[in-house]
Amino acid sequence: MSGLIVSALVMGVLALVLGTAIGIFVKFFKVKSDPRVELVLELLPGANCGGCGCAGCADFAKAVASGKLQPNRCPVSSREQVNAIAFALGVDPGEGFARRAVVCCSGDKYQTQMRKFYNGAIDCAAANMIGGGPKGCRYGCIGMGNCAHACPFGAIEVINSLAVVHQELCVGCGKCVTACPRGVIKLVPANSSAHVYCNSPEKGATKRSLCHGGCIGCGKCERAYPDQFTKTGFLASVNYEAEKLPGAEEIEAIKCPTGALASEAGHYESEKNAGKGENK
Amino acid sequence: MNKSSRKVMSFTGGIHPVSAGKKLTNTHAVHTAPLLERYTVLVQENAGKAPEVIIKPGDKVLKYQLLAKASGFVSANLHSPTSGEVAGIIEVPGPMGVPALAIDIRSDGEDRETDPFEPIPDWRSAEPQLLLDRVADAGLVGMGGASFPTRVKLTIPPGKKVDTLILNGAECEPYLSADHRLMLESPCRVLEGAAIIGHILGIDKIYIGIEINKHDAIAELERFSEDYGIKIIPLQVQYPQGSEKQLIHAIVNRVVPPGGLPADVGCVVQNVGTAAAVSDAVTLGIPLVERIVTVSGKVLKDPGNWKLRIGTPVIKAIEFCGGVTDEPSKLILGGPMMGFAQNSYEVPISKNTSGVLLFSRRRALNYRSGSCIRCGRCVQGCPMGLCTCLLATAIEGGRIDLAEQNHVMDCLECGSCAYVCPAHRPLVQTLRLAKAEIRRQRAAAAKANSGK
Repeated sequence: MSGLIVSALVMGVLALVLGTAIGIFVKFFKVKSDPRVELVLELLPGANCGGCGCAGCADFAKAVASGKLQPNRCPVSSREQVNAIAFALGVDPGEGFARRAVVCCSGDKYQTQMRKFYNGAIDCAAANMIGGGPKGCRYGCIGMGNCAHACPFGAIEVINSLAVVHQELCVGCGKCVTACPRGVIKLVPANSSAHVYCNSPEKGATKRSLCHGGCIGCGKCERAYPDQFTKTGFLASVNYEAEKLPGAEEIEAIKCPTGALASEAGHYESEKNAGKGENK
Repeated sequence: MNKSSRKVMSFTGGIHPVSAGKKLTNTHAVHTAPLLERYTVLVQENAGKAPEVIIKPGDKVLKYQLLAKASGFVSANLHSPTSGEVAGIIEVPGPMGVPALAIDIRSDGEDRETDPFEPIPDWRSAEPQLLLDRVADAGLVGMGGASFPTRVKLTIPPGKKVDTLILNGAECEPYLSADHRLMLESPCRVLEGAAIIGHILGIDKIYIGIEINKHDAIAELERFSEDYGIKIIPLQVQYPQGSEKQLIHAIVNRVVPPGGLPADVGCVVQNVGTAAAVSDAVTLGIPLVERIVTVSGKVLKDPGNWKLRIGTPVIKAIEFCGGVTDEPSKLILGGPMMGFAQNSYEVPISKNTSGVLLFSRRRALNYRSGSCIRCGRCVQGCPMGLCTCLLATAIEGGRIDLAEQNHVMDCLECGSCAYVCPAHRPLVQTLRLAKAEIRRQRAAAAKANSGK
């Protein structure tokens, strides 16, 4: 019986002493955390993609809470989520910043000239070191999917040896841009509808002999919309800063002879259906 | 000395690739190629910095005239292979798969020579510096494949002392027999070149390492080697016997430290082709504008060894051999183990092209690579003692730091591991990727440090 009392006493005293010690420690060694950082962190998607330029979501939350960055710098959050963060902190959400990745190449295996043999590693960077990989064009997409592996959102699909970005999944974090050894992938404003799917500055005739989908620099688009399209050498480019970009139907109406200039939907459709008639 | 009792040297690791390909060409004497109408001479024939082009389109040039001047220490002069007019400086398909700048020379058919350099027949009493300058002026580069400027290799860094010169006549790559024919047909040029290099470096211990499958070349060189005080060392037939570090290990039993140079263990290694070119440059005063190239492959009508001028398009070399009997599916410049597959037949021959190899679809193995089965054959075969399979797995998993810790930078890219891999894994390519990435990181780190 006495054993029971002794142990109960010892435990009770121990609990009292340790409890007091914890109380003191909490009081004197308190880490001051900003509740606003935690609030922002809760509202962020937690993808840690680094698209904002910070080391991860926690870092970004700190930057937003301290006012260094605006909430809209997070490429993954939707407009509503950004507004929610801004409302919670009582700050300006910032102007529209959303970006999307686009693979500026239309050289799938039906369009571009494929070399006879490529037996090497299935890795764009490794293929790029061996005479520029299995495709004829040395500026275009290699099609081995380094970008697709790098994408944390599964937004890139390699169809017919050509990487295609699913716009509805892409958040514009830019991981694919650094993964691509050729620099074919560009980040563009999310609301732009049409892109030039070619990256080669080579002469039109040379390009044409290597790839049927490349821009030949005919200048048709520039003549139709001088403000929105610019031709430099043999490569047209979209002026994403322009006021109003033409819509999908207007792009159709330009009738790009090689199909290098296309709307996102049109480019994806043509890639999905490419070669279907030829194989039979 | 009784030949059969001689010790045959070798190194640890390595493989024995099928060597039947040598029989296609090693009994064929070297032919001299006829003069072509057009040569496209690559501006950058050397490793390091590209030389500076000193002629303009429209200029008339003579054979041996200087086309481009070395633009730094690690750079080499370039001379005209024939007389004629410079049609332009154009882009041609380069040996690395990307277009390269080349000087387009239209031959006038006369092949007139400019005054080459003053011959130095009495080189034994000449100043070593004079001979070294001649080596630099004649645009000599390592002719074994790396095309490193010879002048740089013969300039010993301060603080290092060399006592041994090794000439590489191993020619361990299958199919190639250019060095074999060179040693057989002009042994005295090789020996004299070796003696000149020895004089430049002040070395009297000179060895020539030759694989024993070239016994005729060993016998031929031994007939004259006494006069030059040079020792011929027979080596086991084993790939990569001709690699610098392996050769040093086999012949003088020294080990080059990781990341080090042969000079760290007191050795200088030169190719036999380079030695012959040194002899020409010094005793005849001729710059390097032509070399022996093995043009081989079962699809060729008449494979052989050809003395080709630099700038000869590969398609012409194939035409000299009577064309092809079957559609070739792979063209390789250099040896089959370390050479580079080409996309175009317009690639010009350069100073380091030791072979032009054509393979039919049947011979060029088309494989699909599988997973590593951990058999360890690549570890056995690696001449540098690397665990290639584990390195490749680490690199594929994105752990380039782990690969760096495990000495991926020591890889020679000899291809032994990929050759023996039963799963056909692209091991060399994966290791190359990591090496390039590590070099990039180191350069970036060095830049960041220098900025501070």
